[in-house]
Amino acid sequence: MADVIKKATRESYGEALTELAEKYPELVVLDADLAAATKTGIFKKKYPERFFDCGIAECNMMGVAAGLANTGKIPFASTFAMFAAGRAYEIIRNSIGYPHLNVKIGATHAGISVGEDGATHQCNEDIALMRTIPGMTIINPADDVEAKAAVEAAIKFNGPVYMRFGRLAAPVFNDPATYKFELGKGITLREGKDVTIIATGLMVSKAIAAAETLAKEGVDARVINIHTIKPIDRDIIAKAAAETKLIVTVEEHSIIGGLGSAVAEVVTETTPCKVVKIGVNDVYGFSGPAVDLLEEFGLSESNIVKTVKESL
Amino acid sequence: MEESLKKHLQKIAVEVRKGIIEGTFNAKSGHPGGSLSIADTITYLYYAQMNVNPENPEDDERDRFVLSKGHCAPALYAVLAEKGYFPKEELKTLRHIGSRLQGHPCINIPGVDMSSGSLGQGISVACGMALSAKISNKPYRVYTILGDGEIQEGMVWEAAMFASHNKLDNLIAVVDNNGLQIDGNIADVCSPYPIDEKFKAFGWHVITMNAHDFDEIEKAFNEAVSIKDKPVVIIQNSIKGKGVSYMENQAGWHGKAPNADEYKTAMEELNAQLESLED
Repeated sequence: MADVIKKATRESYGEALTELAEKYPELVVLDADLAAATKTGIFKKKYPERFFDCGIAECNMMGVAAGLANTGKIPFASTFAMFAAGRAYEIIRNSIGYPHLNVKIGATHAGISVGEDGATHQCNEDIALMRTIPGMTIINPADDVEAKAAVEAAIKFNGPVYMRFGRLAAPVFNDPATYKFELGKGITLREGKDVTIIATGLMVSKAIAAAETLAKEGVDARVINIHTIKPIDRDIIAKAAAETKLIVTVEEHSIIGGLGSAVAEVVTETTPCKVVKIGVNDVYGFSGPAVDLLEEFGLSESNIVKTVKESL
Repeated sequence: MEESLKKHLQKIAVEVRKGIIEGTFNAKSGHPGGSLSIADTITYLYYAQMNVNPENPEDDERDRFVLSKGHCAPALYAVLAEKGYFPKEELKTLRHIGSRLQGHPCINIPGVDMSSGSLGQGISVACGMALSAKISNKPYRVYTILGDGEIQEGMVWEAAMFASHNKLDNLIAVVDNNGLQIDGNIADVCSPYPIDEKFKAFGWHVITMNAHDFDEIEKAFNEAVSIKDKPVVIIQNSIKGKGVSYMENQAGWHGKAPNADEYKTAMEELNAQLESLED
């Protein structure tokens, strides 16, 4: 993937909010003193009257978002994944999830690729936490094209949505001319019969690269992009389990409670087959450049190739 | 306050208190103490203050109410039933399986604007509703009632900061200062005093009132709606368990339902109060 354009999905998030603001007049944006990092600052610059900085008070921000949604607004509450899903979990659960309010949570800086800030800011647990909330939709887009489409899909959908964006620039592999986002539908990016690699977010482009390498070594790998982790596309997973016998999941998240767990649940309930999970192995992260950390934690093309070969 | 209105409100408040006892007795659980301490205020809100209409409960321009101290749902349900949002008979189903009347307020119940119960969150939601009105230039006000123990939650002060920063003068919070929480006196458990100075420091307009005197309640809310550019908090000095003699000022009645004998005594007392209000 030599000359591909790279862009962080947080950037796509800030741009999409700004581009969609005119079309959706009820859209408002909240942030908690991180507008420059979450990229809602782009929105703030163009629509200052529709932007509200709540200061470093994420719990209150989620409550305010609930009140705005309760009275007809479409609030995007933005902060780092750690402080959204982590710190404000109970407010999201009780004041957004339980009354099923139309709040969109824009959680940036998810996963290990936060990088140098280290373990306190590297949220590898957010998908697991959000999955436990009844009625919560979870979207983890893989690139710029998907992220922007996902933001509009979230606006059109009536109900709480947790959206996960990354700090690190990610290869843009989807073609904006042909890409279509369907909430709750996985995307088969490559057909294959020996193994299915199911990836989400930042790991999708690495899964594609791994499949290309595997092909050269005679392994025919299917690649599925799961952008909507809840509700998950059960059909595409059950079909893969039936047709390829081995599934390897790849996510920039703990192996507990995330994509791997969700896929394993579907597989055990439908078509049992071996599921091997690549993710953060129930440990805290540490400081370092994001690209190096991904290698350290096995969130790499080479580790996907190695794991597939060992598991076949 | 005009005498006829005062008498009317006093009677309604007794009916609300009876509803609280009816609900918690039939539920065999619930929170009568703090429900009784807000009975007069919530009666005033729904009968003399807020622009609400049970015939049009979803009116976009209605005033909103969030019971931040959600465990006092029996008071909210009682006033809503009295007002005609749902049948009074339904109060007996409080906390039962299959009932709409959940242990804490639930948005699906007619007249309930917001689910609440986990302390500290309702005031933030009320801030969001008030901000929404400001953005949309809508005339409605947002009312919320907090417990005095509830303000130990740090999130309340995040909301307090947010409300004054955004000049939410359409937000009126009431702090029910009955002085008691589950573990005892709020002053002994982890004192939130001085409550008035704290809210002043956070940029709020502070009013204090006697929670069981409709003249004072009317005066307080009249002042509250006249304030510009600041959120308003009314700190109400109240009696936990007010209206049922053996519950008054007893922390033990925070989260305990009356048994059959206690129910009978409470209803006799409340009926006597009603009779004394008849001419």
